[in-house]
Amino acid sequence: MSTLSLTGVSRWYGNVVAVNDISMALGPGVTGLLGPNGAGKTTLLHMMAGFLAPSRGTVTLDDEPTWRNPDVYRRLGLVSEREAVQGFLTAYEFVLASAKLHRLPDPAAAARRAIDLVELESAQDRRIGTYSKGMRQRARVAAALVHDPQVLLLDEPFNGMDPRQRLHMMQLLHTLGDAGRTILFSSHILEEVEQVSGTVQVMVAGRLAASGDFRTIRRLMTNRPHVFAVRSTDDRALAVALIAEASVSGVELDPTGLTVRAGDYGAFTRALPRIALNKGIRVRQLVPSDESLESVFSYLVEA
Amino acid sequence: MSTVTWITARGLFGRRRFLLLLPLPLVLLGLAVLCRSLGVDPGEWGPPVLVGLGLAVVLPVVALIIGTGVLGAEIDDGTVVHILTKPLPRWQIVLPKLAVAAGVSAATVAVPLYVAGVLADSVRLGLALAVAAALGALAYSALFLALSLVTRRPVLLGLVYVLIWEGLLGNFVSGTKVLSIQQYVIALADRIAPTGLLETSVSVPVASVMTALVSVGFTVLAIDRLRSFSVAGETS
Repeated sequence: MSTLSLTGVSRWYGNVVAVNDISMALGPGVTGLLGPNGAGKTTLLHMMAGFLAPSRGTVTLDDEPTWRNPDVYRRLGLVSEREAVQGFLTAYEFVLASAKLHRLPDPAAAARRAIDLVELESAQDRRIGTYSKGMRQRARVAAALVHDPQVLLLDEPFNGMDPRQRLHMMQLLHTLGDAGRTILFSSHILEEVEQVSGTVQVMVAGRLAASGDFRTIRRLMTNRPHVFAVRSTDDRALAVALIAEASVSGVELDPTGLTVRAGDYGAFTRALPRIALNKGIRVRQLVPSDESLESVFSYLVEA
Repeated sequence: MSTVTWITARGLFGRRRFLLLLPLPLVLLGLAVLCRSLGVDPGEWGPPVLVGLGLAVVLPVVALIIGTGVLGAEIDDGTVVHILTKPLPRWQIVLPKLAVAAGVSAATVAVPLYVAGVLADSVRLGLALAVAAALGALAYSALFLALSLVTRRPVLLGLVYVLIWEGLLGNFVSGTKVLSIQQYVIALADRIAPTGLLETSVSVPVASVMTALVSVGFTVLAIDRLRSFSVAGETS
């Protein structure tokens, strides 16, 4: 059991603050690091993995600093976002090389076990250069797992994977988490995080915006009204009908159409077709206008 | 063979830029054979071919291509992370890579220089050139390996050093020769096999000490830089 601790960690590049005063402690289990692109997730992961010095604060793995301390890699594995592998090696050679560099007592057995774990046996003797993106990702995960690390950090591990590979990777992370490993993976896709981990750390603009159980945070997010842009054959009549609806908390009428605020996403989207049909109005457009993760996050930050 | 050596060698020979190494030594060899077979006086073709081409161009350029490649190429494409996420003291990464770079550079350059030296004068000159070039290859490799950790543009800076500092300034400002690996190589070769073909103003003790200093100094620098190696974010 290992604990990765961050205390008041900041990192800036010149005038740009990439990570701003983050403290957290990661223990066994799977944790998702969630945030929009550019929030500082990769910078934070690199500091955790000892590939970047914090400008301020400390990053420690079981009370040892990760920066300038190659010994931490005995207990730590990293799968970086950048899809870089020696394409001229086969997956087996690649994972075996990792095992040898770790000076494992039986590198061949460790390599086979890791390749087994990511289900790459059938392709293990092909050059990695010939792999699909998802397979390459799995080869990299196998290399990071070959020494059975206590802590595994993954930067956007689901990028480029098809749904089946995604599912498999999620199961793998679950298994490792249940076995007492500390797993942290970053993602900018809400649903990925929701499926893999209960605990999340949400980063927005370099800060830790929320932290804890996913469901609690999710509830926070759904408290706020959902905003839709609606266009129809008769916007004014539709507005009158909509405001009578319990799920609608506000309607704005402007020349381009309606902006509808709904407290309950499901109730509103079910009610709209019924209302339109009753009033004989044809709905031309229904677009959720603040579904992007960024707006959800900004809501979190304001909350 | 250590795993780092193995990966480095495979990476080096697996990349197309390795083919760039072949023409230069071949040109050197071809010119020497041609001059010899045409019966040109070695006093006339020796200095321009052995020094002007061999020691001033082929040796540094070959060492530049290899020296910046053994680690620089991995930094460029990001595969260096795989080696860095291992519990290896950083010298165990730098030294094998330096050994591969120096070894391959020395082999690539020493063979044609040996042949050219034999054709120009004697076996002794051939051996002297080969040995001095091997020492030079070590010094150049250490320099270029360290450059690939210090700057994002190691090839450019390396070329500036070879072409501007050693090639151009050396001709006009004699003081710059004291900081020129090329001059050390010439001095060492001339010491081992004194002929009228090699000329330099740098003394042998200076050349020996400086070659050792450059080799060790830049290796230590490379190890230290690798210890604090930072990976830039790839988000943008």
